[in-house]
Amino acid sequence: MSIAPHLSVIWAFIIAFAVFVYVVMDGFDLGLGILFPLFPKKADRNVMMNSVAPVWDGNETWLVLGGGGLFAAFPLAYAVLMPALYTPIIAMLVGLIFRGVAFEFRWRTTRERNLWDIAFFGGSLLAAMAQGVALGAILQGIHVEGRHYAGGWWDWLTPFSILTGVAVVIGYSLLGATWLVMKTEGELRDEAYRLSWWLLFAMIAAIGAVSLATPFLHIQYTHRWFSWPGMILTAPVPIAVAAVTLLLLRSLANKQDYRPFFLTLALFGLSYAGLGISMWPYIVPQSIDIWQAAAPENSQILMLVGVAIMVPLILGYTGWSYWVFRGKVKPESGYH
Amino acid sequence: MFDGLDAVVLARAQFAFTVSFHIIFPAFSIGLASYLAVLEALWLWTGREVFINLFNYWLKIFAVAFGMGVVSGVVMSYQFGTNWSVFSDKIGPALGPLLAYEVLTAFFLEAGFLGVMLFGLERVGHRLHFIATLMVAVGTLVSAFWILSANSWMQTPTGYAVNANGQFIAVDWLKLIFNPSFPYRLVHMVLAAYMTTALVVGSVGAWHLLRDQHLPGPRVMFSMAMWMAALVAPIQILAGDQHGLNTLEHQPAKVMAMEGHFQSHPHGAPLILFGLPDQKSATVKYAIEVPKLSSLILKHSQDAPLAGLDTVPRENWPPVPIVFWSFRIMVGLGFLMMGLGLLSLWMRWRGALYQSRLLHRFALAMGPAGFIAVLAGWVTTEVGRQPFTVYGLLRTVDSVSPLAAPAVASSLIAFIIVYFTIFAAGVVYILRLMAAPPHHGEQGPQRDVPTRAAGITPAAGAPVGGAAE
Repeated sequence: MSIAPHLSVIWAFIIAFAVFVYVVMDGFDLGLGILFPLFPKKADRNVMMNSVAPVWDGNETWLVLGGGGLFAAFPLAYAVLMPALYTPIIAMLVGLIFRGVAFEFRWRTTRERNLWDIAFFGGSLLAAMAQGVALGAILQGIHVEGRHYAGGWWDWLTPFSILTGVAVVIGYSLLGATWLVMKTEGELRDEAYRLSWWLLFAMIAAIGAVSLATPFLHIQYTHRWFSWPGMILTAPVPIAVAAVTLLLLRSLANKQDYRPFFLTLALFGLSYAGLGISMWPYIVPQSIDIWQAAAPENSQILMLVGVAIMVPLILGYTGWSYWVFRGKVKPESGYH
Repeated sequence: MFDGLDAVVLARAQFAFTVSFHIIFPAFSIGLASYLAVLEALWLWTGREVFINLFNYWLKIFAVAFGMGVVSGVVMSYQFGTNWSVFSDKIGPALGPLLAYEVLTAFFLEAGFLGVMLFGLERVGHRLHFIATLMVAVGTLVSAFWILSANSWMQTPTGYAVNANGQFIAVDWLKLIFNPSFPYRLVHMVLAAYMTTALVVGSVGAWHLLRDQHLPGPRVMFSMAMWMAALVAPIQILAGDQHGLNTLEHQPAKVMAMEGHFQSHPHGAPLILFGLPDQKSATVKYAIEVPKLSSLILKHSQDAPLAGLDTVPRENWPPVPIVFWSFRIMVGLGFLMMGLGLLSLWMRWRGALYQSRLLHRFALAMGPAGFIAVLAGWVTTEVGRQPFTVYGLLRTVDSVSPLAAPAVASSLIAFIIVYFTIFAAGVVYILRLMAAPPHHGEQGPQRDVPTRAAGITPAAGAPVGGAAE
C-alpha cells in the first residue's frame, strides 16, 4: 500500500499549521497597525512600533512558508488559487510592502513620519482585509475546469467575502489590542483594555455572522455541521467559543495583562478549526481535494524531512527571540 | 498605458520588473551581512572602537535595505502563482521543495536572528549577539544556494521525468539540485554580491575621505573595501569566464546572442566588440570586431569552428540585441572594477591610499556599478534563455496564467507606482545615513535615542535629515 494518501494528510496539516501560525503572529502586528489612528500620540506609536519591531519579520516569514509550502506540496492548488485570488493577493502584497518598509522608514525621517504612519496603518488594513476577502473567496468555492481556474476576474468579490474581510480586520485588531495590553503600561495599556472590550464584542458578532452565512454557501457545509453523527465533532466548537469568550471577558475585567492575548489566540484557534471542519478534505472547496492537488510522493517526503528537522529549530530560536525581548516596552527607553 | 499588449508580454514585464527590483537588495544584503559579521568579529577580537562604530553605522543601513528586500521578496513568492500558474503546476513538484527548503533553512534563520542582531546587543551579551549576526550572514548565503539552484535547474534541467499530468517530477534529487550550471552560477552571484557591497562601502568611504582624509572610520572601511575589490574583481572575471564556457556547453544559443553571432564561423569566429545587432535581418550592423578572438576565448583555439544562430530554428532565438548589450555592460563594468582594484593596490604601495583624490573619485563613481552589473548579468542570463522557462522543455508562452491582459496590466501599474515610491524613499533614507561619517560612540538602530524620540524633536521645525542621527 502506498503511503502517499497519508502524506497528503500530513502535508495538509503542515500547511494549515503554517498558515495558522502566520495568522496569529502577523495578526497581532497587523492589528497593531490597524489600531494606529486610535493612538495619535507619537510616544504611544513609538512604543507600539517598538513592541513588534524585533519580531515582525519572522512573523511574516510564515506567510512565505504557507505560500511556498502550498506551491511545493500541492502545486495544483497553488496554480488554481493564485489566479482566482489575483486581486486580493496583489492587494495584500501591496499592503504588506507599505507597512513593512514603514517599520524602518518612519525612524529615518521626522518630516515624513506621519506619512509613514499612514502607510503603516493603510498597509496593515489593506493586507488584513485582503486576507479575509481571500478566505471568503476560497470558502465560497472556485470555478475550475481541468487544471485551470476558469472563473472571472471579479468572482472573488461577493457580500460573503466582504464579510470575512471585515471579520479578519476585527479579529486582527483584537489580537493587536490584547498584545498591547500585554506589552505596555500606563495610559496606553488602559486605552488598549478599553478597545479590547469593544473589539471582543465585534469579534463575537463577526464569528457569529460568518458561522451563520457559511452553511448557506454550499449544501455540503450544512451537512458537515448539522448532520448526525458529525455533530459530535462539530457541536463542541461553538460551545468552546462561548467558554473562551467568557474567560476572556473575565480576564479583561480583572486586568490580567497576559491572559487576554493568549485567550484571543485560543479564539482564533477555534475559529480556524471550524474553517478546517468546513473545508475538509478540499483544498479548493468543492473542486479539488488534497489528494488530487498533491505533489508526487518523493517531493512530499523530501520536504517532510526538512520540516521535521527545521520547524522545531525554527520554533526554538523564534521562541528565544521573543524571550530576549520579553516584558513591557518602556516608553522612553525602547528595549533597555 | 499598456493597450495592445497581450497577457504574456505583460506578465513577463511584471516578473522582470519585480525580480529586478528585488535582486538589488539581496545583492547588497548578502555582502553586507558578511561584512557586518567581519566587523563584529574584528571588534570582539581587537577591542578597537572603530570597528563597533563601523558595525553600528552599517547596521542601520542594513536594516533599511533588508526591510526592502523582505517585502519585495514576499511578492516574488506569489508571482509564480498569480502570473505563471501553469508553470507553477508543472514545475512545483520539482522546484517547490527547493524553495520550501530556502524558506525553512534561510528565511527563518535570517528573520529569526535579525531582531537580536538589530536591537539586542545590550540584551544578550556580545558573544551571543555575534552568533546572531553570523546566523543572519549564513542565512543570506543559504538563501542564495537554494534560489540559484532552482534558477539553474530552469536553465539546465537534469534529474527529472515528466508524469501523466505533464508535471516535472524528480528522479534524482542530487542531480536536480546540483544541476550542471548551478556551481558556476552560485559562485558568480555570491562573488557579485560581495563585489557590489565592497563598491558601496568603498564609495561611502571615498566620499568621506574626499572631505577629510583623517577620519578613522572612513579610512578603515575604504581600505577594507579596496582590498575586496582588488581580490574579488579578478577572481570574478575568471569565474565569469568559466560560467560562460558552461553556458556554451548547455545553452549555446544564449552565447551566440551574447556574442552577436548570427552566422556560423567554420574557421574561427571574430569577437564583436560593439555593433548594432538586428534580429530581423540577422546581422550586426557597424560591427567592430577582432578576428578569431571569440574562438580563442570560447574554444581556446583561434581557428576552432563556432556555430551561429543560423543553426538554431528562428522560433528558438532569444532577443539578440538585449542579450548582446546587457552582456557588454556587465563585462565592461567588470573590467572597470578590476581597474579600481589595481589602482588601489598601486596607491596603497605608494602609501597614498588615503590621499589620492583620483582613487577616491574613481571609487565614489563606482559605487552603483555593482548593482548595474548584477542587473545586466541577470538580464543576459534570463533573456538569453528565452523563449523558454524550462530550457528546451517548457516555452514561456505555455507557462502563463489564464488571465486577461487588463488584470495583469493593472497589477503591473500598481507595482510600478508602489515600487518607485518605496524605492525613492528608501534610497533617500539610505543616502542620508551614508552622508554623515561614522563617529565616536555610533549607535545601532535602537529606537531609544533621545534625539530621535518623538516629542523631544519638534517635528515640523526639524531640518531634513535632522532625525537621521
